[in-house]
Amino acid sequence: MFDLDKWQEIFSTIRKNKLRTFLTGFSVAWGIFMLIILLGSGRGLENGVTKQFEQDATNSIWIYRGQTSMPYKGLKPGRRILFTNEDYENSKREIKNIDNLSSRLSIFQQRILSYKNEYGNFDIIGVHPGTKSLENVKIIEGRFLNDIDINTNRKAVAISTDVKKTLFKDKPFLGEYININKIPFIVIGLFEDSSERDNQRVYIPVSTAQKIFTGGTEIQNIAFTTGDATVKESMELENEIRSSFAVRHKFDKDDQRALFINNNVEQYTKFLNLFAGIRMFVWIIGIGTIIAGIVGVSNIMLIVVKERTKEIGIRKAIGATPRSIIGLVLLESILITGFAGYVGLVLGVGLLELISPHIQSDFFTNPEADFRIAVSATILLIFSGALAGFVPARKAARIKPIEALRDE
Amino acid sequence: MIELKGLHKSYITGNNKLHVLKGLDLTIEQGELVSVMGSSGSGKSTLLNVLGILDSYDEGYYKLNNTLMSNLSEKKAAQYRNHMLGFVFQSFNLISFKNAVENVALPLYYQGVNRKKRNKIALEYLDRMGLKDWAEHMPNEMSGGQKQRVAIARAMISKPKVILADEPTGALDSQTSLEVMDLFREINSTGITIIIVTHEKDISEKTDRIIHIKDGIIGSEIISTRKISETIGSYRNQ
Repeated sequence: MFDLDKWQEIFSTIRKNKLRTFLTGFSVAWGIFMLIILLGSGRGLENGVTKQFEQDATNSIWIYRGQTSMPYKGLKPGRRILFTNEDYENSKREIKNIDNLSSRLSIFQQRILSYKNEYGNFDIIGVHPGTKSLENVKIIEGRFLNDIDINTNRKAVAISTDVKKTLFKDKPFLGEYININKIPFIVIGLFEDSSERDNQRVYIPVSTAQKIFTGGTEIQNIAFTTGDATVKESMELENEIRSSFAVRHKFDKDDQRALFINNNVEQYTKFLNLFAGIRMFVWIIGIGTIIAGIVGVSNIMLIVVKERTKEIGIRKAIGATPRSIIGLVLLESILITGFAGYVGLVLGVGLLELISPHIQSDFFTNPEADFRIAVSATILLIFSGALAGFVPARKAARIKPIEALRDE
Repeated sequence: MIELKGLHKSYITGNNKLHVLKGLDLTIEQGELVSVMGSSGSGKSTLLNVLGILDSYDEGYYKLNNTLMSNLSEKKAAQYRNHMLGFVFQSFNLISFKNAVENVALPLYYQGVNRKKRNKIALEYLDRMGLKDWAEHMPNEMSGGQKQRVAIARAMISKPKVILADEPTGALDSQTSLEVMDLFREINSTGITIIIVTHEKDISEKTDRIIHIKDGIIGSEIISTRKISETIGSYRNQ
């Protein structure tokens, strides 16, 4: 393998046919380059969308109010459906296998937050403790709302990092009081949400919000997580919820506009499948491109063997075994494929690294070719090099010295 | 050293069967210097291929150094060629991108001798051929005679039992031919059997025994005039 002589042989033939070797190598390099770019872009798309999903729990189901579009039991269409605490309580009682059930109430009137002389305009949302998991927020300091806060209508608030930056700068904030619409709330925790929009928020207990700001028992939506429910189970759950709400709010359970249910389980799984599909597609295209390269290398090697027929004949006459001849041709093929492929790999990864900072968007982040892809590509290269060399090598090994040495 | 008995060989091309060797018997003792002559198509090249284990035969047997050469795997044949035989060709058949030393050293490469050692041995053999100064030269920088001497050095480096030469002087002028023949004679005097295929009468005259092949069998065997005069000379001296 590391016989200097063998390598010298290979390099001398490569040197003698620079252009031909270059063109052959180029097709392989191009194949690998395309594969890396495609895989990287696919990964970028996947990263982007996964990030979008990770802003909320991927196994959550969200229920929103709508407006009836079908007459039902003498009631006209066009009725607004309103959720109240009753819906929350009923859901809690009726729906099995759910966690982190939370209702939500946004305070739409004034949204002024202040602390001493600092003011800010943020979303004020009344929630249950389950929102911590639903929104997938990260607690940086202190805690999130808990059941005691809800039960005692405590004037407690969890603030986001953006809110803290505006109101407190670097000052201590835990246990401080901030004014929400001029009513003081005690700061109990600091959180961060990977979604920019969701990080412009403070969360207060939904019970407190109803008492102080809206009066009554109205809530705007209900959400929960489904543990490790499958898509099928989550869809059954969806139907169950729709029926239960339809009875309570008197609408036709086939009326799709009376109630909107956003099933993340279903969508997330759909996207996972989509990406699995894209990845497979990319590999197929990439491998197709590489195969074109392999055929190129194989062709060239056949010509090389043809040209070297006489030399191989001489070698066999003076004692070269068929195996050593095969080794000679195979190694050359692997060398060309391996080197060219490596160049393609480096160029592809380089290009991805170069452009990735400039094309960050919500649905496209960090296009990358990770270590695993590089390893698979390397294995693919060596394998394809061997494959490309195999037919010509066998042909070379079959050369009969008598025919090769016949004087023309 | 070489023993052929009832050797048959035919080539099949499509539907045609060409019977080339038709029951050839031949014995060559160790240390002989033999020439094989015959017109084109007589089967002398085929004989050489069989002797060189480059081709198989159909019937009869071929013993080289008391070893039966039949049904050999390619690998085994390559090893026998490497250890027992040396080849010299009309068109020299040096590898064009290797210099003289590397060409001479090549058989040792296939014996697994390391680079430094085999190049040293190769240089010794080139020295014996009077080509030490040409060691680093590429084949295309050498004259025909020089190339043939490099090829002979290559044939000898593995210390073969037999050297097979196929028209070794065919591409050389008469002066160089004589030099090459002298070289063969010198090598022969060290005990190596040499078989030369040629169609030139004056070349065959320089060997000890001339074997004529005709229609795939031995037509006639003659002791060459040289050998005769040598023998007569030795009688006279008695």
